[in-house]
Amino acid sequence: MSQNEWPLWEVFVRPKAGLDHKHCGSLHAADAKMALQLAREVYTRRQEGTSVWVVRSSDITASDPGDKPMLFDPMEDKVYRHPTFYKLPEAVDHM
Amino acid sequence: MYTQAMDLAPKEERAKLRSAEEAELEARFEARIDAGDFIEAKDWMPEHYRKTLVRQISQHAHSETVGMLPEGNWITRAPTLKRKTILLAKVQDEAGHGLYLYSAAETLGTSRDQMLDALHSGKAKYSSIFNYPTLTWADVGVIGWLVDGAAIMNQVPLTRCSYAPYARAMVRVCREESFHQRQGFDSLLVMMNEGTDAQRVMVQDAVDRWWWPSLMMFGPPDKDSVHGTQSMRWGIKRISNDDLRQKFVDATAEQAKVLGVTLPDPLLAWNAERGHYDFGPIDWDEFWRVVGGHGPCNKERLAARVKAWDDGAWVREAALAHESRRAAKKEAA
Repeated sequence: MSQNEWPLWEVFVRPKAGLDHKHCGSLHAADAKMALQLAREVYTRRQEGTSVWVVRSSDITASDPGDKPMLFDPMEDKVYRHPTFYKLPEAVDHM
Repeated sequence: MYTQAMDLAPKEERAKLRSAEEAELEARFEARIDAGDFIEAKDWMPEHYRKTLVRQISQHAHSETVGMLPEGNWITRAPTLKRKTILLAKVQDEAGHGLYLYSAAETLGTSRDQMLDALHSGKAKYSSIFNYPTLTWADVGVIGWLVDGAAIMNQVPLTRCSYAPYARAMVRVCREESFHQRQGFDSLLVMMNEGTDAQRVMVQDAVDRWWWPSLMMFGPPDKDSVHGTQSMRWGIKRISNDDLRQKFVDATAEQAKVLGVTLPDPLLAWNAERGHYDFGPIDWDEFWRVVGGHGPCNKERLAARVKAWDDGAWVREAALAHESRRAAKKEAA
């Protein structure tokens, strides 16, 4: 049924110079050029962006939500990776 | 727009037989909902939650898309260039809202073609409000004030919907929707304050026609709502139909005074004891008639959508053919 559907693209917008591109949604387009044009119409009607990236959704590899504990929980007890872990004398505590 | 979908579809039997593993997954899911967690597209979710959301989000998308038609009717006849550019921007926003929402629904595993097919075949519904005609220019202002006003009341709680892609789309929609209501009120204010008597009569007439259908946008009374309870428990819907409707009446009754129009309800009166406006009974027979396909414009609206889709078929095909030829050429080179 969906064989005639235009492929799906993910849209990333840089809100202003100096900031990261941020994922803001997706759209269907026949090719990359059209995806850029449509991204402009759909996601930046009020100057929300200064730059747009589009990526075919099928080209994205994502982590499995089921792997979340395995991937991210080990960082929970590594408090020494944060500056606040170290109690320094007041004279140098602004370090 | 709009949560009507949650109230209208037939109740589905929830699967009774579940494996132990599934029961465990469902318990974990319920716990996340209770904790106020957001559910993302690839997270496990009960089939009934997925189905409810696909129905709700796709019908919301259909409403935005069909919602372009009543107002689009006035783009070429807007009274000034200023009003024309405003209306164009607004209708373009509705198209955008439809697209955000179709994308959100697609994350649940349905396809755009499936959803459009359901709309075009009459299987899927859209908000009943768009089956009323826009007879005069004042209708455009009143739609902004009342219809978009009701939509905002409906939509703001959806920004906290438990399904994150829907909630994110709604944040975007709500940010844009406020302009829609304000431009409508502004346009009516100009007609009421600076217009002719005939124009003031025109505004009042439009208010008379749109008031009751706007109240129906919140869906049937809580006591008759089929899906309300489950949707509330799952955090898909956050506030009940009747509560939202009351909030809308309270807000608009005051705005009507500023505008200098009368709302067509002799029973509308402030109730100091309740701290709310009382209002008269809604004609639910009319609501069900329109939902059932017998409103003033049901056939016309659907025909316009189908025609636009069919007439555009060659463009969609040509664009795909062009891209596949380009890709083949690139590969050969």
